[in-house]
Amino acid sequence: MKLTFPHMGYSYVAFKMLIEDLGYEVVVPPEPSKRTMDLGVRYSPEFSCIPFKVLLGTFLETIEMGAEVGISSGGVGPCRAGYYSIMQQKIINELGHDFKILSFEPPQSNYLDFIKKLWMIKPKRMSWRTFIQLIKKGYKKLEITDEIEFLMYRYMPYEINKGDTAKAFKTALDMLDEAQTVDDIEDARWEGIKVLAKVPQDRSQTPLKIGIIGEIYVVLEHAVNFCIQKNLGEMGVYTDRSIWLTSYAEKNVFVEGREGERDVFQMAHPYLNEMIGGHGINSIGEIVIYAKDGYDGVIQLAPFSCIPEIMAKGIVPRVSREEGIPVMTVFIDEQTAAAGLVTRLEAFIDLLKRRREQNADKRQLA
Amino acid sequence: MPVRIGIPRYLSYFSFYPLWKTFFEELGADVITSPPTNQQILNAGVAEAVNDACIPIKLYHGHIMEIKDQVDMLFVPRLVKLRKLGTETFCPKFLALPDLLRATIKNLPELLDTRVDLTKGRFELFHIARDIGERFGASLTTITRAYYLACRALRRYNRLLRNGMLANDALEYMETGCKKSQQVDRDALSIAVIGYPYLVYDPYANMDIVKKLNESGARVHTVEMLTPRQLLREAKKMPKQMFWYYSNRAMHGAYHYLGRKRVDGIIHISAFICGPDAMLGRFMEIEAKEWGHMPFMTLSIDEETGSGGVDTRLEAFVDMLKRRGGQK
Ligand code: SF4
Ligand code: SF4
Repeated sequence: MKLTFPHMGYSYVAFKMLIEDLGYEVVVPPEPSKRTMDLGVRYSPEFSCIPFKVLLGTFLETIEMGAEVGISSGGVGPCRAGYYSIMQQKIINELGHDFKILSFEPPQSNYLDFIKKLWMIKPKRMSWRTFIQLIKKGYKKLEITDEIEFLMYRYMPYEINKGDTAKAFKTALDMLDEAQTVDDIEDARWEGIKVLAKVPQDRSQTPLKIGIIGEIYVVLEHAVNFCIQKNLGEMGVYTDRSIWLTSYAEKNVFVEGREGERDVFQMAHPYLNEMIGGHGINSIGEIVIYAKDGYDGVIQLAPFSCIPEIMAKGIVPRVSREEGIPVMTVFIDEQTAAAGLVTRLEAFIDLLKRRREQNADKRQLA
Repeated sequence: MPVRIGIPRYLSYFSFYPLWKTFFEELGADVITSPPTNQQILNAGVAEAVNDACIPIKLYHGHIMEIKDQVDMLFVPRLVKLRKLGTETFCPKFLALPDLLRATIKNLPELLDTRVDLTKGRFELFHIARDIGERFGASLTTITRAYYLACRALRRYNRLLRNGMLANDALEYMETGCKKSQQVDRDALSIAVIGYPYLVYDPYANMDIVKKLNESGARVHTVEMLTPRQLLREAKKMPKQMFWYYSNRAMHGAYHYLGRKRVDGIIHISAFICGPDAMLGRFMEIEAKEWGHMPFMTLSIDEETGSGGVDTRLEAFVDMLKRRGGQK
C-alpha cells in the first residue's frame, strides 16, 4: 500500500519517517507548484478555498506517482475543512482514479471511527505499543521541525549576509530528515540549533516586529504564501507567527504570558463572540495580543473566499482602530502574484517605520 | 410610544418572519421591516460590507442601512443551531453576523442579537422568548401568549409554503388575506429550484427566476415545499452531513427530488463566493449525474450579474427540458 499525505510547510520530514517506520511505501508529496495549482484549480469547485485546491492538486500529483491512499484530516465544522475529504474523494472517483482518502476525524467527535482508522493504518503484526512509540517519535520530529523553523525566523532579521540563515536552516532540516532513531533526532536537534546560532548576526538594530495571523494552511505553507516570513526576514523584519502544527510554540515560545488558546478567545471577546470555525476567532484575539506585546503591525493571511477569515477581515478595522495596531490583510488565490505581494509588503513596512518614528518623536516631546 | 423594532427583510427573514413579527407585536412593539431588496439596498450593501463577502451578506448590510435610522432597536439574531444533526450549525457568516455589523456600520441603533441554539433543551425557544420579553418589560402571561401565537403563526406559514406557495405570496396572504396564485398548473414542466431561501425567494436577488420559469410554463418546486420528515429521510444518503443548516436542507431536498423523479430538472441558485455553496454545488452536480442524469444547472449570483445572461441560460434550459419531455 503506497501512502501519501498533504504537504504542509516542512512537516513532510516527520510524516515521511512515520509512514516508512510503519512499513509502508511512502509517496512524498511534491512541494506545491504551479502545476499543483493548475491541477487543483481545474478540478475543484470554483469557489472552494485555496487549501482545498492545492490539496486536491497534490493528491492528483501523488496519484500519478503511484499513491493509493491519502491520509487527511476530517473536522466537525463549522468551516469547510471538515468536508474536504468527502468532496475530494467524490471528485477523484469521478475522474476515475482508484485512490482512497483516509480522513481522521477528531477523536472527540467519533471515537470508534478514529480507532477504526488507526486500526487500518496499524500494520497487523505490530504491537500497539510499538505503534504508539512510533507515533510519538514522529511527533517529536515534527516538534523539532517547528523549533528550527522558528529559530530561523528569529535570527533572520539580524543576519549580516543575506541568505545565510535560510541556508543554515536547510542544513539543519536535512540533518533532521536523515535522523531516524530517537537519539539521532535529539542529536540532529542540537546540531541544527548550533548551525543556526553560528550564523553571523548584527544585534545593534531593533528590527520592526510583525505578527502573522490567519488561516492555518496559508500561514504554514510557504509554497502558497510566497515565503512571506522568509521575505520579511530578509527585509530585516522580525516576524512571529501565531500558528504552528505542534503545540511546541504554546509550550515554549509564549512564556511571556500567552496561556494557551483560552486566552485568545478572551481577547477576541469584545469584538467577536462566537466560534466561527477555521482560525477566525484566533485571528481577532491574536491581533489584540500582538498589540499588547508591542508589535509594530500584523499581517493577516487568508485564502480567497475563506469564510471565517472574511468575517475576521470585516471586524479587523475595528480591532485595529481600538487597539492601535496597523493590520494588513492579504488574500491568496491562484491569481495572486508574488511581485504584487512584495510591493504591498514594502509599502506596509514603510508605513510601520514611519509610525515608529512618529511615536518616538511623540515620546521625546512628552 | 411603543418601541420600534427593525427587522431586515433578508437572510432568515424568509424562514422565520411570521414568528418574530407576531411575537414582537404581541409584546407591544412596532415592527418595521426594510423594503424588498432594490438597487439602492444593493448599492448601500456593497458600499458598507467588507468587500470579499458573499452577496447575501452585502445585501443584509444594505437592508440594515435602509432602516437603521427609523428604529430604536434592530433584531439581528445570532442563529447558531436549530437541530441536532451531525455537527450542523449555520454558515459561519451567520454566526458572526452581529459582530460584523458592529464593526462595519457606524451609528447602529441597539442590536438585539439573541443567540439561538435550540439544541440546548426542549424549551429553549421559550427561554429565548422569555429573555427577550423581559427586556421589553412584559409580564410572563403576555410573553407566554405572544410565544404561543408566534409559534402558531410560524406553523401556519410553513403550512402555506408546503402547500406550494412561495414565501412572499405566503407572507402577503397572511397579512392581507388575498391569495395570489403565481404558480401554473400541475401538468406543466416541473423544475426544482434549490438554494438558500434568501436566494430563492428574493426576486431582486435572483433576477426573478421563479417568475420567469413560471412564465415559460414551468412549475417551481422548492425545498420549503417539503416537510422536515421528508427532508430528514434523505439525510442518510450523505456520507457525512455538511455543517450548515441551509446547505443540508438544500442537499436533502435535492436528494428528494432526484429520488422521486418528480421534477424534470434542477436549478441550483448559488451566491458568488459563497463558501458552503462551493461544496454543495459540486456535490449536487455529481449526484444529479449519478442519479439517472437529471438535467442540472447552476446560476451564480453576484452584484454584477446582468439579467440578460440569466434569461438566455434559463430559456435554453427550459427548452432543453421541453424537448426531453417530448421525446419520452
Ligand atoms: S478556514 Fe477558510 S480556507 Fe480553511 S477550510 Fe475554512 S474556508 Fe477554507
Ligand atoms: S451560506 Fe453562503 S451565501 Fe449564505 S451567508 Fe454563508 S457564505 Fe454567504
